[in-house]
Amino acid sequence: MEWLNAVVQGVLLGGLYALLATGLSLVFGVMRLVNLAQGDLSILAAYLALAIVQATGINPFLAIPIVVPVMMIAGYGLQRLALNRTVEQGPLPSLLLTFGLAVIIQNVLLDVFTADSRGLDAGPIENASIHLTDEISIGVLSLLTLLVAVAVLGGLSWMLANTQLGRALRATSDDHGAARIVGIDNRHLYGVATAIALGTVAIAGIFLGIRTTFGPSDGPTQLISAFEAVIIGGLGSLWGTLAGGIVLGVAQALGNQISPTFQLLAGHLVFLAILLFRPRGLFARVGARQS
Amino acid sequence: MAFLEVDRVSSFYDDFQALFDLSLNVEAGETVAIIGANGAGKSTLLGVVAGLLPNRAGSVRFDGQLIDRLSTHARAKLGISLVPEGRRVFPSLSVRENLLLGAYRKRPGPWDLAAVFDLFPMLRERADRSGAVLSGGEQQAVAIGRALMANPRLLLLDEVSLGLAPVIVNQLYAGLPAIAATGTTILLVEQNIEQALVAARSVYCLLEGRISLAGRASELSRDAIVAAYFGI
Repeated sequence: MEWLNAVVQGVLLGGLYALLATGLSLVFGVMRLVNLAQGDLSILAAYLALAIVQATGINPFLAIPIVVPVMMIAGYGLQRLALNRTVEQGPLPSLLLTFGLAVIIQNVLLDVFTADSRGLDAGPIENASIHLTDEISIGVLSLLTLLVAVAVLGGLSWMLANTQLGRALRATSDDHGAARIVGIDNRHLYGVATAIALGTVAIAGIFLGIRTTFGPSDGPTQLISAFEAVIIGGLGSLWGTLAGGIVLGVAQALGNQISPTFQLLAGHLVFLAILLFRPRGLFARVGARQS
Repeated sequence: MAFLEVDRVSSFYDDFQALFDLSLNVEAGETVAIIGANGAGKSTLLGVVAGLLPNRAGSVRFDGQLIDRLSTHARAKLGISLVPEGRRVFPSLSVRENLLLGAYRKRPGPWDLAAVFDLFPMLRERADRSGAVLSGGEQQAVAIGRALMANPRLLLLDEVSLGLAPVIVNQLYAGLPAIAATGTTILLVEQNIEQALVAARSVYCLLEGRISLAGRASELSRDAIVAAYFGI
């Protein structure tokens, strides 16, 4: 029963990892760009929510409709002003640029908010739980996180499959030259993709901030979790990213069940095993890319 | 003033010059063919018109507007649609999605999914198939249909016949009169001289980046074309 409980908690934890990884997966899928600042951007979003909560006293969940658009606009600007100069030039320039951005964000946060750990207080929901059996209970916040992750990934998948914007994103991922021929401004489209990605990153950051405490230098840890979720699930596959997040969460929960010191290591070991035996991920696209 | 005016254009791939002071006019509603051997600069010329390649000298005017500095997608918005060399159908999109994406710029006009399916009935049956699993002829039909969905004023066709069986080529070329009948100007590139002479009213022959012969398709003698094509 304890083990079953660990699996359930792991699945729920996977929701947060999936949410953190969605933007990474989308941006890589559309423009083959790895955003190393992704984790720090999620922490930045958490701090933005914190600033709003401190200024107005509202519940952090209510800060989501403010932080998400702000991060989306920042994402569009970041892509158009900086990242577009690096795409289509191989992987290194964009890695250097986003790494530099990560350093900048960490130091600005350190300067503005100090190194103290902070948290977002969402009220009683943080400790509310649903009792399933005597041994298994589900945290309402964790469940909500998982549901939001499924909703975000489902919404994105639907958009990619059924809208003209989605078709344009997939086509640009296939062949950006041919996309220009049909009239797609791929640089604008990259901006839109990064805007959407940072919107999901903002949601992830706020849920993270409600769930645990955070500090200016916590971004890289989030990045690694997100990375592992994306790789385990298979690059460029959104539902694979959800599965990857859940696999990672379950591995960590089971590791924790063995010994609390084993939690993070177990996740990394599963990630390494996937790289070793199934390097394209669990849901890798074979041949043509799926949406 | 001609509908499309290419005026003393030179274009380069790095240091290699592909077009030399090339001038060419296409009148509105006309179908014009450019013929020439491999490497004569035919595709380069279409690339310069569509904006895939810059012209280092000279100018390109479309309906009186200078378009040299416009990006490819901006030219598509003006109504220049290219059916590119190699077709470049999007493999992760279905046939229907490929066609729908052709209408990305929402230009008004006679072409929609139904009209394209009427023109190429083979696409209707394969509408939900992935672009990655089509035959060469089907890919070419998708590429032409995708360009038509933009309701182009100028349709650029790059070697429609390349690598296809003659029966398929005839099917595709059978669609051209219907396209021209909607008022679309067509500039096509061909290695297949017979096909080009049947389809077009006027013909330009390219040789090593220069025009070696120009005239009405009906008035050019076979010998003159062969001489201009091979440069003998």
